[in-house]
Amino acid sequence: MHGLLSILIWLPIAAGLAVVLLGDRNIVAGRWLALLASLATLALSVPLWSSFDTSTAALQFPEKLPWIPRFDAWYALGVDGISLPLIVLTAFMTVPVVIAGWRVIDTRPAQYYAAFLIMEGLMIGVFSATDALLFYFFWEAMLIPMFLIIGIWGGPRRVYATIKFFLYTFLGSVFMLTALIYMYVKGGSYSIASLQALPLTLVEQRWIFLALLLAFAVKVPMFPVHTWLPDAHVEAPTGGSVILAAIMLKMGGYGFLRFSLPVAPDASRELDLLVIALSLIAVIYIGFVALVQQDMKKLIAYSSIAHMGFVTLGAFVIYEIVRNTGSVQGAGMGLDGAMVQMVSHGLISGALFLCVGVLYDRVHSRQIADYGGVVNTMPVFAAFMVLFALANTGLPGTSGFVGEFLVIIASFRASFWYSLLAAVTLVLGAAYTLWLVKRVIFGPVASPRVAALQDLNGRECIVLAALALAVLVVGVWPAPLLKVMQPSIQHLVSQAIATKL
Amino acid sequence: MNWSSLAAAVPEICLAAAICVILLVDVFAGERRRGLTPTLTLLALAVGAGLTVQYGHVTQRTVLFEGMYVADELGFALKLAAFLFVAVALLYSRTYLENRSILRGEYYVLALTALLGIFVLVSANSLLTVYLGVELLALSVYAMVAFDDSGISAEAAMKYFVLGAIASGALLYGMSLIYGLTGTLDLGEIAARLHAPFSPGVILGLVFIVVAVAFKLGAVPFHMWLPDVYEGAPTSVTLFIGTAPKIAYFALTLRLLAQGLAGTESEWSQMLAALAVMTLVVGNVVAIVQTNLKRMLAYSTIANVGFIVLGFVAGTPDGYAAALYYTLVYVLVALGSFGVILLASAKGFEADQLEDYKGLYQRDPPLALAMMVMMFSTAGVPPLVGFWAKLRIFQALWETHHLWLVVIAAATSVVGAYYYLRVIKLMYFDEPAPHLPPAQAAAGVRLALGLNAAAVLLLGLLPGPLLDLCARLIH
Repeated sequence: MHGLLSILIWLPIAAGLAVVLLGDRNIVAGRWLALLASLATLALSVPLWSSFDTSTAALQFPEKLPWIPRFDAWYALGVDGISLPLIVLTAFMTVPVVIAGWRVIDTRPAQYYAAFLIMEGLMIGVFSATDALLFYFFWEAMLIPMFLIIGIWGGPRRVYATIKFFLYTFLGSVFMLTALIYMYVKGGSYSIASLQALPLTLVEQRWIFLALLLAFAVKVPMFPVHTWLPDAHVEAPTGGSVILAAIMLKMGGYGFLRFSLPVAPDASRELDLLVIALSLIAVIYIGFVALVQQDMKKLIAYSSIAHMGFVTLGAFVIYEIVRNTGSVQGAGMGLDGAMVQMVSHGLISGALFLCVGVLYDRVHSRQIADYGGVVNTMPVFAAFMVLFALANTGLPGTSGFVGEFLVIIASFRASFWYSLLAAVTLVLGAAYTLWLVKRVIFGPVASPRVAALQDLNGRECIVLAALALAVLVVGVWPAPLLKVMQPSIQHLVSQAIATKL
Repeated sequence: MNWSSLAAAVPEICLAAAICVILLVDVFAGERRRGLTPTLTLLALAVGAGLTVQYGHVTQRTVLFEGMYVADELGFALKLAAFLFVAVALLYSRTYLENRSILRGEYYVLALTALLGIFVLVSANSLLTVYLGVELLALSVYAMVAFDDSGISAEAAMKYFVLGAIASGALLYGMSLIYGLTGTLDLGEIAARLHAPFSPGVILGLVFIVVAVAFKLGAVPFHMWLPDVYEGAPTSVTLFIGTAPKIAYFALTLRLLAQGLAGTESEWSQMLAALAVMTLVVGNVVAIVQTNLKRMLAYSTIANVGFIVLGFVAGTPDGYAAALYYTLVYVLVALGSFGVILLASAKGFEADQLEDYKGLYQRDPPLALAMMVMMFSTAGVPPLVGFWAKLRIFQALWETHHLWLVVIAAATSVVGAYYYLRVIKLMYFDEPAPHLPPAQAAAGVRLALGLNAAAVLLLGLLPGPLLDLCARLIH
């Protein structure tokens, strides 16, 4: 279908504007419009997946319109096996966000839905842009709705959190922009394909790599530039946390795969130990940090950082694999793992934040100490929460297992020590997640507020059930996902291990 | 000289005639028909712009009036832009002037003489014409700053006048040195006669001219006047100073340094680079601690001037085009942000403290939205036009291998983002302060502000045409 990507980008944005125009007075209509638009976007992403040709790494569903002829910048879109899963994930995760806000958001609801719909369009734009300038355009434009979401509907320290979030991301992005412009000035084009093909000396690659690293590391986020994330997560409304964890962090990982590895392969090879070290620190150190958190959202936020460490580890361990074994096949496994981990973490962390949102809506507290024995009053909810928590620990049969397993296996080929350190997460992840479950869900009923809890209503049940299904499907049968990615990952490996010198 | 050559000077002639007519009409109209002058002024601007489009368009660069005056496409476009910006500025100001009881005919006449000064400057081809334009513009603006009877306004005007006089002196002294060493006032001739190696006299003259230009633009360390004047002047005058004259000072820099003194580019670009760095750092850092919105925007102006100067530092046609684009974009956005201050004010309420913007969203959503658009645009966030202006400057700097300037400009723009975000935070995240009077601007004026904001968004979504235009005007 021609123009499908454009529809996926602009339909939610147009719907978002329409919801704003309807205003808070017609919020019933606005809500339904928002739900319909997000469902329609999800429905339209189905043909994107089903008619995707899994035998080629070439860009599919291409669109190309002149945008700024002066810079040779195009409104150019396309998907490959790396962006497709993330686009579908975006479309999928926006629906629960809309539903989760249904009765909960009562201040400026029209703008709330509009912000999420506009953000959905912009995020799909990030993943489908094949022109670097267009990519940056969407990448930065997305900051505006997120800034407002945290700032308007957030918790008590929302202003601090949202400004920190904005400035951190802005700092990283500005240097990415300068790197992109540098490459444009050198090569005369902003098309991502031509940036990937642009010959660069090692010194140039090093600087470009570091500029890109700054942008993507902030977004992922990697240690030590992760400190904005716990604040942003804690203060953001439930929907904001879900989108932040499920999609926005993936943009950082996507950036590494789309830009860093193919554009600066030699610098990536040279500096891979830096990224691997930071990833392992994220996995282990942040795991310990998560262990001591008192706030549920903060705990899940730290767990996100640790899990995203697997994405960067999987992406950069490929150089060590090729160096030690010469196996290109094995390198592909690291990237496979990184991709699956991104999708899986998107589902699981989103689901966990929704679970916290369910509790928060009832009790208005995120402190672990305020809960205990929730299973007694909310058995259905407890079942879901335990499932997602187990998925978060990487239980086989859930999506969390597939990504982590692939990355650990891949890093074993690189070095025994990497895999050992990475595998520590299996212990740490289990420790902080299960301890959280133990304190919140199980045990005797801790307080009158917990005793008064109502179990899930239909709306919440549908949302969590859909996510649980997705987590299980990806966990039990990841083959379709891996198949879609296969040719693109192979292509990426060949780009990443080739030399530009 | 034949009559047809006058066609190129249609904008100036129209404006001079209009000034005389309006001055007379205002005298005879008396107190009762006070509304006549503003309407007449807007009419005169519209007619002037119309006649300029009709007769003043030149495709070829032509030098007129014994080399004093140059007519080219750049001048034509800048004058049209100035017509538009001044008209919008006056439109925004009307209610404010009424509220402060300073709606007098002289205000409009002074605005028009300032515009005439802008035109003269834009079309200057001789050191004399340059000086004439600078002084005509500056003297009109000094008087406008002092228009209010309050002490702070008079103080600002005095400061502006004294410091401005020093800058004019520096300009004149620099010009006299250049004239003495080249023997001509004609900018084209000067460019032809200046060759490396330069005598110390040329460099000395150049330094004085750069100082004067930096003063007019508001580059650090010659920026001292700017925050005081922006804060002290009535907001409508701040709006005026912050918009159309920037175009003139862009033209001043271009005609004097980039064209007349083109031979000394390697010298002045180093001077400007140092100025730009200081300007970016001081402007952005000092803006953070301001509590007065007008003063904060003054420092933001300084920071933006740093970017414009960077375009000149690049020293290529591409750099000048980038500076031109940045100037036009900046003026468009400044028009909107000061416009919001004007529209948010009421009788006895200046709306110039940051505190006054707390919860503006709840008091007046469209106004808050417009301000948010302007703030994000100045911060350089897509999809708004300010992003492209910054991108264009970065690009020009990379093309000329100014690595450190790119890094400093990028880093300071992150610092700058903070205080723009703070304004949005006040408007959207905070509860409104009690007992603030509602905004009372007429629907037409609000519509104009809405169009202004829409232009910022549209030019951000589709920046191509304006970028092309700027490049064509310079080449």
